Amino acid sequence: MEQTAKRKTFAGFARGDSHILRLLAIAILIFIAFSFLLPGKFFTIRNMQSMAVQFPEFGILAFAILITMLTGGIDLSIVGTANLSAIFAALILTRLGGDGAPASPAVVALAILAAPVVGSLCGLLNGLLVARVGITPILATLGTGSLFTGLSYVITGGPAITTTQLAFIGNGSVLGIPIPVIVFAALVVFFSVTLNRTAYGFNVYMLGTNATAARFSGINTTRVLLRTYWLAGLVASIAGVIFLARANSAKPDYGASFVLLTVLIAILGGVSYTGGSGSVSGLVLAVLCLQFLSTGLNMLMLELSGSSAAIFFRQFAWGALLLLVMALNYYSQKRRERNRAPSQEATPAA
Amino acid sequence: MNRLLRSNEVLVAVTIVGLCLIVGISNPVFFTVGNIFDLMRSSIVMGIFAMGVLIVIVSGGIDVSFTAIAVFALYSTVRLLNAYAPEAPFWLAFVIAGAIGFGLGMINAFFIARFNLPTLIVTLGTMSMFHGFLLFAIGNTIVRDLPPSLTAFSRATLVQVQMERGVANLHPAIFFTAVIAVLVWLLMDFTMLGRGVYALGGARDAAERAGFNIRRIQYFIYGLVGLLSGFGGMIYGSLNRQANPQDIVGSELNVIAAVVLGGASLTGGRGTVIGSLLGVALVVIANNSLILIGVPSVWQRVVIGLIILVGTGVPAIQERRARRRTGGSASGPTQPLQAAPAAD
Amino acid sequence: MSDEIIRLTGIYKSFAGVRALIDVDLTIERSRIHCLVGENGCGKSTLIKIISGVYTRDAGRVVINGKEFDELHPITSIREGIQVIYQDFSLFPNLTVAENIALNEQLAEGRRLVNWREVRRIAQEALARIEVDIPLNARVEDVSVANKQLIAIAKALRQNAQLIIMDEPTSALTEREVRALFSVIRRLQQTGIAFLFVSHKLNEVLEISETIAVMRNGRIVSVGDRSEYDTERLTFEMTGQKIAERNYEFTPDVGAPALLRVEGLNAGAALRDVSLEVRAGEIVGVTGLLGSGRTELALALFGLLTVDSGDIYVENKPVRIRSVQDAIAHGIGYVPEDRLTEGLFLEQSIGRNVVVRTVERLRGALGFTDLQKMDAQVKEWVGSLRIKTGNPDLPAKTLSGGNQQRVVLAKWLASNPRILILNGPTVGVDVGSKNELHEMIKRLAGEGMGLLVISDDIPELLQTCNRILLLRHGRIVEEIMPPQTDANELAAKLVEG
Repeated sequence: MEQTAKRKTFAGFARGDSHILRLLAIAILIFIAFSFLLPGKFFTIRNMQSMAVQFPEFGILAFAILITMLTGGIDLSIVGTANLSAIFAALILTRLGGDGAPASPAVVALAILAAPVVGSLCGLLNGLLVARVGITPILATLGTGSLFTGLSYVITGGPAITTTQLAFIGNGSVLGIPIPVIVFAALVVFFSVTLNRTAYGFNVYMLGTNATAARFSGINTTRVLLRTYWLAGLVASIAGVIFLARANSAKPDYGASFVLLTVLIAILGGVSYTGGSGSVSGLVLAVLCLQFLSTGLNMLMLELSGSSAAIFFRQFAWGALLLLVMALNYYSQKRRERNRAPSQEATPAA
Repeated sequence: MNRLLRSNEVLVAVTIVGLCLIVGISNPVFFTVGNIFDLMRSSIVMGIFAMGVLIVIVSGGIDVSFTAIAVFALYSTVRLLNAYAPEAPFWLAFVIAGAIGFGLGMINAFFIARFNLPTLIVTLGTMSMFHGFLLFAIGNTIVRDLPPSLTAFSRATLVQVQMERGVANLHPAIFFTAVIAVLVWLLMDFTMLGRGVYALGGARDAAERAGFNIRRIQYFIYGLVGLLSGFGGMIYGSLNRQANPQDIVGSELNVIAAVVLGGASLTGGRGTVIGSLLGVALVVIANNSLILIGVPSVWQRVVIGLIILVGTGVPAIQERRARRRTGGSASGPTQPLQAAPAAD
Repeated sequence: MSDEIIRLTGIYKSFAGVRALIDVDLTIERSRIHCLVGENGCGKSTLIKIISGVYTRDAGRVVINGKEFDELHPITSIREGIQVIYQDFSLFPNLTVAENIALNEQLAEGRRLVNWREVRRIAQEALARIEVDIPLNARVEDVSVANKQLIAIAKALRQNAQLIIMDEPTSALTEREVRALFSVIRRLQQTGIAFLFVSHKLNEVLEISETIAVMRNGRIVSVGDRSEYDTERLTFEMTGQKIAERNYEFTPDVGAPALLRVEGLNAGAALRDVSLEVRAGEIVGVTGLLGSGRTELALALFGLLTVDSGDIYVENKPVRIRSVQDAIAHGIGYVPEDRLTEGLFLEQSIGRNVVVRTVERLRGALGFTDLQKMDAQVKEWVGSLRIKTGNPDLPAKTLSGGNQQRVVLAKWLASNPRILILNGPTVGVDVGSKNELHEMIKRLAGEGMGLLVISDDIPELLQTCNRILLLRHGRIVEEIMPPQTDANELAAKLVEG
């Protein structure tokens, strides 16, 4: 009893653990299905490795959507932030790193540190606009997204900045685990602990549930929001470093589809778009589901049509999947509500 | 409040005049007929899109898929006509594009009305769906040969003015935008359906209780936005004399910015046709005048971003101040007894 | 016979096996003011929704205007002249007063176009009929709550209302506005319109109604003429038990400094030169009409309202309160006016609602939140405040009004405030819980806390406070001592001036 009570209040939160279990089943199902549909292709060590370096890119960004959505907001500027951070890092590497020859560790370190500084500044600007100025998060981050992307264009003049200096992150591994995966795993631990075992995390959920009550309960809502958007910016800049490390270039319009993808991940992972509920475990499972789907669908489309248009099919599939998941959530919630008495007023007082 | 709204429109108008003066003084080219015609030409498509976005925002929603609908309608109509009816008159192209747009809009409406889902997330999803489908199933190469009737339409002129170098043309499609704006104004202010959109955006539950059919209104709204987007896309393609499946998508922010600047509120229930048109004018002028005052065009996105942030930030700060003076958000307006009837 | 608008016989309704209405009979007559009273959850709302056609009954007969209805749809109910005014008034804040009044009518007539001149004419006529004057071009969001109520009535009348059902019509009104509302209602009654009030404010029920029906646990337990009831009998019928309250007596500790002292507080037009003192063990009442500054005073002391000038002292030390955090740091807690939007996190668990103030202190090893400590604290407060719930992990929305208020109280008590401000502590709370909450407030004072109770519930003020401050237009105009003042006197003072 004690155990289950605790699990309910903390790990699964409002949606309950059934959602997580269902997601786990879906992930396994997708995995098995593609293994059978694509014999000798999907369930191979090479494919596992290739998937492992792909998902951290958007998986990391998804944390930025998770925490902002938990507060009842959203950060639509994450891709802009990531690219701007990557461009700053790339600039440092190309300007200070010399051409061709490996840059000194100091320059590499400086570049890797510059990204989070830029990301933090971007995030803090969002936080100020949302928390202090009071602009709706959708509009504020649409505006800053345009601003950050615009600045990227202004800095680069349009084309990508190429540098292979961070390839050791993009291609490297520790004990056989790709570095991007390690970064993702570190963020999983960080956000699990932050959201479940700190006062800040607690306050994020409370603020997302009812901002007015949060203010009246003495939660410093300005500070919580500032910190949330700052964290989102920081996370986005980490994703930016991974972009740069994997693609060996930084450009203003990289990963434009990631906004949709990360929103999809959050919704699939059970994060409520009105705020206040959602968990890291759901998010991780959703990331895995999407990576399996993405790779599997790509392989399948290539096998079936062989045309390059297959990459566009994914774009279609993500949109369709987002709508499908929300429609399914609608029905499952309907069913839950039907199983309960319609309202508290309707039942006689205890 | 009415006065406040009106003053918002006045504010935008004053900003436009100020901007024009600044740009005009630093570069006299701004006030030439050629430039003004250019600005009007740039406003044609955006103005049509803005009317759709206005209706959605007044109803309390937001639509980011209209650009995908527009390019979908444009591209598939052109491909369709080129394949089966290259000699079709230009109005047929508009009918087809409008119909396609309407159909896609109904898909938005279905998810929003049937499942009661947040409009931002639904339209993010459909945007990706529509655009993805267009690119993988219909085509992903630019079509440069439009049906002859459309090419002819693109060359039409309403007013022609002889300039020092060449001629300045005003395209008759500006009429199209004007007519749509007037129709939308009549719809919103003088029909029950339009009032229903305001009612829905103002208080959904109350609208339901009053007997408005919310779902039907939503189908109407998103269907109409689809239709307008289809028209807008078609005009865009005609004016540019090509159908590029990668065009238009990505410009939704400019239109939303224009409508919000024009006084529409994302919380719904507020917004006017005049305001939105002024917003469009402001965004178009700001965007097109950068080069005239010597700012490279790469700054365009930065400027749009700043316009949005300033345009939404200033009213947000004002509201926040006012709230803190009257004490919290929840205690509501406190002006008791003013018009209450005399007791006893 | 023709005097009856509605006759309900043997109505039953269950939800998922839970019986909400059991064998309910109710008759509503023309030109008569009826009241339906009962504690929260007794089935009042369900009954109204049966009458308005929102819910379908499981069994029973419904006869409206002499016609029997096997199935009653909302549209039919409206056509038969039944209008329900809900607590939110169903108005559109973004539209003008005129349009709000005329919209439903135009919609019902199946119009497609709006004739603005007609809209104005309709609105003018409607307001003239209830003899009130509200600017037609004002947006509804800018008018007072009382005027919204009147607009809703005007709107209902335009739709040929024969019976107007009002759900808790006075809960957001001041005494004076209530009087004004009552006089409108009495005038309309003369023209043949029937009213059904749904309320739990007993003194108002007794003042306005002619026929009273009391509900308890899904049944109508008592129906009769107004003259058959008094507060005591109503309380008994509603709760099934007798409750008697005693006054709160306070003997000041002369040597100790005041816990809270306010001197010359000014905030715009809301507060003017307000000075007051709260000592340990005191329960100071603050009353006044809505807009008199009573809520603004609380917000100013809690750091949510910008103050122009004035000094606040906590235990003789001058303090500045510019934010909620400042207020809390000085030991001030605030149980807000609107429990559902300001007090509670409805979707979150009861437990999380209780610990929200103290989660920062529930740290274990490495500074992380200690879940066991948290559970223990929740259990402690659920127990000591007797919050009735099967499981504190259930969302707070599953609780009844009284228990919800206890959760809000627990939230504050867990953080040990020295001064607690309660704004409308028992609004929307049933009689039984109300009494227990009053006892709880007195006990807290007895333990040395200083309490400031803001209320316009006169019996509540007289029974729980040892001093009452009367606010008028932002000024404290009088200090009233309960033992020397009776309810009528206080009521008169509240509305005068």
